[in-house]
Amino acid sequence: MYLKDTIAAISTPIGEGGIGIVRISGGAAEEIAGNIFSGKQSGGMQSHRFYYGEIIDPESGDVLDEAMVVLMRSPRSYTREDVVEIQCHGGYLLVRKVLELVIRCGARCAEPGEFTRRAFLNGRIDLLQAEAVIEVIRGKTEAALALAQHQREGHLSKRISRIKEGLLTSLAFIEAYLDFPEDDIELPDCRQIETSIRESLARIEELLDGFSEGKVLREGVSVLIAGKPNVGKSSLLNTLLREKRAIVTSVPGTTRDIIEEVVNIKGLPVKLLDTAGIRDSEDEIEMEGMRLTLEKIPLADLILFVVDASRPFDYEDILIKEALCGHPFLLVLNKSDLPVEAVVPDDLGSAGTISISARSGEGIERLRDSIFSLFIRNGARDGRDFTALSQVRHRDALERARRHLESFLQSFPAETAIEFVALDLRDALHALGEVTGETTPDDILDQIFSRFCIGK
Amino acid sequence: MVVYEKQYDIIVVGAGHAGCEAALAGARMGRSTLLLSINLDAVALMSCNPSIGGLAKGHLVREIDALGGEMGKMIDATGIQFRTLNTRKGPAVRASRAQADKQLYRARMKRVLENQENLSLKQGEVTALCVVEGEVRGVDTRVGVRFLGKTVILTTGTFLRGLIHVGLTRYAGGRAGDLPAEGLSDSLRDLGFEVGRLKTGTPARLDGRTIDFSRLEAQYGDDPPIPFSFSTLKIERPQLPCHIVYTNERTHEIIRANLDRSPLYGGVIEGVGPRYCPSIEDKVVRFPEKERHQSFLEPEGADTIEIYPSGLSTSLPIDVQFALYRSIEGLESVEIMRPAYAIEYDYVDPIQIHSSLETKPVRNLYHAGQINGTSGYEEAAAQGLMAGINTALRVQGKEPLVLGRGEAYIGVLIDDLVTLGAREPYRMFTSRAEYRLLLREDNADLRLREKGHAVGLVREDEYEGFLEKRALIVAELERLRSERLAPSESDRVFLEEHGLADLRNAVSFEHLLRRPDFSYRDLEKLDSRCLSLPETVREQVEIQIKYQGYIDRQLQQIERSSKLESCRIPESFDYSALQGLTAEVREKLMRFRPDTLGQASRIQGVTPAAISILSVAIKAGRGK
Ligand SMILES: Cc1cc2nc3c(=O)[nH]c(=O)nc-3n(C[C@H](O)[C@H](O)[C@H](O)COP(=O)(O)OP(=O)(O)OC[C@H]3O[C@@H](n4cnc5c(N)ncnc54)[C@H](O)[C@@H]3O)c2cc1C
Repeated sequence: MYLKDTIAAISTPIGEGGIGIVRISGGAAEEIAGNIFSGKQSGGMQSHRFYYGEIIDPESGDVLDEAMVVLMRSPRSYTREDVVEIQCHGGYLLVRKVLELVIRCGARCAEPGEFTRRAFLNGRIDLLQAEAVIEVIRGKTEAALALAQHQREGHLSKRISRIKEGLLTSLAFIEAYLDFPEDDIELPDCRQIETSIRESLARIEELLDGFSEGKVLREGVSVLIAGKPNVGKSSLLNTLLREKRAIVTSVPGTTRDIIEEVVNIKGLPVKLLDTAGIRDSEDEIEMEGMRLTLEKIPLADLILFVVDASRPFDYEDILIKEALCGHPFLLVLNKSDLPVEAVVPDDLGSAGTISISARSGEGIERLRDSIFSLFIRNGARDGRDFTALSQVRHRDALERARRHLESFLQSFPAETAIEFVALDLRDALHALGEVTGETTPDDILDQIFSRFCIGK
Repeated sequence: MVVYEKQYDIIVVGAGHAGCEAALAGARMGRSTLLLSINLDAVALMSCNPSIGGLAKGHLVREIDALGGEMGKMIDATGIQFRTLNTRKGPAVRASRAQADKQLYRARMKRVLENQENLSLKQGEVTALCVVEGEVRGVDTRVGVRFLGKTVILTTGTFLRGLIHVGLTRYAGGRAGDLPAEGLSDSLRDLGFEVGRLKTGTPARLDGRTIDFSRLEAQYGDDPPIPFSFSTLKIERPQLPCHIVYTNERTHEIIRANLDRSPLYGGVIEGVGPRYCPSIEDKVVRFPEKERHQSFLEPEGADTIEIYPSGLSTSLPIDVQFALYRSIEGLESVEIMRPAYAIEYDYVDPIQIHSSLETKPVRNLYHAGQINGTSGYEEAAAQGLMAGINTALRVQGKEPLVLGRGEAYIGVLIDDLVTLGAREPYRMFTSRAEYRLLLREDNADLRLREKGHAVGLVREDEYEGFLEKRALIVAELERLRSERLAPSESDRVFLEEHGLADLRNAVSFEHLLRRPDFSYRDLEKLDSRCLSLPETVREQVEIQIKYQGYIDRQLQQIERSSKLESCRIPESFDYSALQGLTAEVREKLMRFRPDTLGQASRIQGVTPAAISILSVAIKAGRGK
């Protein structure tokens, strides 16, 4: 709709272990890429050349992923605008993170079909193709409508509407004060407005926190079962898989030597990774298993570090412990039905320890609870009650609302130019309106007329 | 029917605030113009409060003036109390307001009309439109004359099937003391227009000799009074005070005891009234916790004893009116000269007009003012001016002048009318303008002078004055950017007074002005060259620098939506052939027939998804 700004989206359906492409189109595409990509030359990138480097968050300096980046300058691109494509290797979650970074750096989340539409509007594709575009957009639109409908009824919409109501009330006070100077309306206590805005801000932040929960619920998490041989990894896997109806799909390992299974834990899709597939008594292969396990650690969202409680904690355990440093993990003390021998180092205990018996099933329920609540913080337990902020766009809108409110609070109260400060409040409402529907001037006037006795 | 021998370029029906601006604009743009009205003694009459301006309305007047309209000059010449509102708030919501000498205002407008070249003024009530093949050809009057015109502008105000209520008594009238217009709204209905009913009201006029002013608080205007028009140098007329009175519990009891005799509460009135101009009975009913309501006693002129008590409009019966007004302190023995009343009238839902104000069903027919569901003199005048300009442009074979929402309140006004319709009388508020920070009174000339000059309404001498002012602003902005304050060479006392004691390096004047506590006045102390500039230039420079961040943000917002705004939807666009729209959206679009994608996006219920589909279809040349 707004051809002038720069848009971004994930442009490929992402397969397991495949490449994900974040595509950016618009005037700021090159600049954004320049800000987050380490691999460019000093003179900038040449058009239609691949560059290799790292994607770095310019704020924190964190390296997100390594990537191939190509710049296609206007008009020799799909949309006829400057286009940058970032090819990431790290799987879905990382690609999402890269997209979020691109949006933080100034791009807007593309509407469904927007790249194609731009391509068409800029004369890149012809009429025949355009017909197809309409179909595409229609399909997307209807899907979007269904989604919107769903959300309208859902929690998200209700929660945002409540936030909007609060903001609208504050705005109505300010607008009445501005528009009706002859009706002796005084601005209410500034602290009252401030408090109310702070409350709304807190609620927005809550929603933003919930965003990652929503995402996690939708896309699932990967959990790696790690531990030295013979600690009971595969029996743990089997126990977790035991309830047949919990199994969603069974994806064969992408490499012959890794097993992946998806289970449903309280509505949270969990992909379990186990090196159990290569369990063998031959030392060499055992070592190979260790190597694979260690390699997988950085890619998992959570590691279940399985230790055999009936044996002493040994150097192999310590090796794994070292590798876990800095990654989220749960310590699982297996074989709790046998006499306890293992003395776990102090610094391991803080991570959260659960004693189980994979064989008898004891403690498994607690383990499932722990996995779930690690990803889904405060909140209801049955998965249905989550505010699923299903799209980056919504997060984008909420982030903007948050920024506007913060900037409002910075300059409020401002006795002399309050209509300028009010712009931030209006813009915040506008941003929230992108999720739940616009606040019209009539909504503001309705509030004013119902609250104040207006009319000279 | 006698067909009058002359064919006019423009026929304006109604000499109210809309009609007068329309006729003047048409004639000044060189078009032969006829102004027809029911009563030539009542041109530009103020039916209600004797004042011009106020929040957002003052903005409209400044815009009318910048475009070359008459209203600003009128009030400057006939105003008896000028005030700038909201002086303690920021520049975007500062607004001018003035009390008018009502009879002087009317008389001066009549003289201006009479002295205008290309303009004839005739008394006559239009009873029907002459339309051939969907195109208007002229108008028929009650006495049996048909006047032919290439274009027609209807500005009939509150007169179409006007019905006056005083208590449960009612009679036909266009305004107290004026005949109603019968017939014309039937003619409009026959042509396929949707005609609706609205309501408004006005307080009694009081005999000033029977008011005890000695017990009332006086309110004076600003000294010196600041004119509305960019062309007025100074307000010459002597200024008068208003007085403040308050209702009390007894007033409210009288009202409550007699609600059953109100046509409003008795259900007699069907028209929808304005919520921002409630009658006193409305206020008492809706806000029972309020112990008193304020009213300004405004003089209707310097040469009359009639007093207008603002905020005390009512449609209660006359005996209740006596008791009601006399219950107020200072008005114990007041005499009513003209009773308060409510009036119902026909209007034509404005979703049936384009943003040029031309009607969609009938070509070359334009609607302006209260007939479009607005209320207020300024709203009417603004539309009248645009209708006058656009009929003249049509006759000249040129494209219409349509102002954007980011350009002028006039743009917001007309766009709101055509995209939202008017279910209650529409009045302008600053909160309606999403680009409010750009649409200020102080920069109305910078926004619109050029356009007014281009269509031929701004006189050369006025335009030159404007160019000069603009050049001074540009030069001063440039100078403030390059001139610097060097802390080492500056007066320590001055630096400390302005919190600049810690300043290490030289900073530009522009930078200084950005500081919230540093004003242009402070700069004047530092640099005497500032003083050589006119006050309006200094003010403009200060505002532009101080609020630049916000202003830039709004400019970007406009830029972002410009693509939608400039994308025109062909008039013949066939929505029924368009796939992918929901039935509801399709129905809306077919009913409103928006001119641009921007308009379409503001129609309630039209989703962003629908706009995407539309935009692609238009680009692809489909739907034709
Ligand atoms: C009782 C009352 C109370 C009001 N209260 C308020 C208020 O509180 N606040 C506010 O903002 N506004 C108020 N108004 C509205 C304000 O007066 C109008 O909005 C404004 O005057 C409209 O301007 P106009 O040019 O559209 O119409 P008007 O000023 O009404 O002028 C219409 C002109 O058209 C002429 N005319 C009408 N029909 C025909 C015809 N068929 N043939 C020839 N001539 C015709 C009439 O004689 C008249 O001269 C009130 C109006 C009335 C009558």
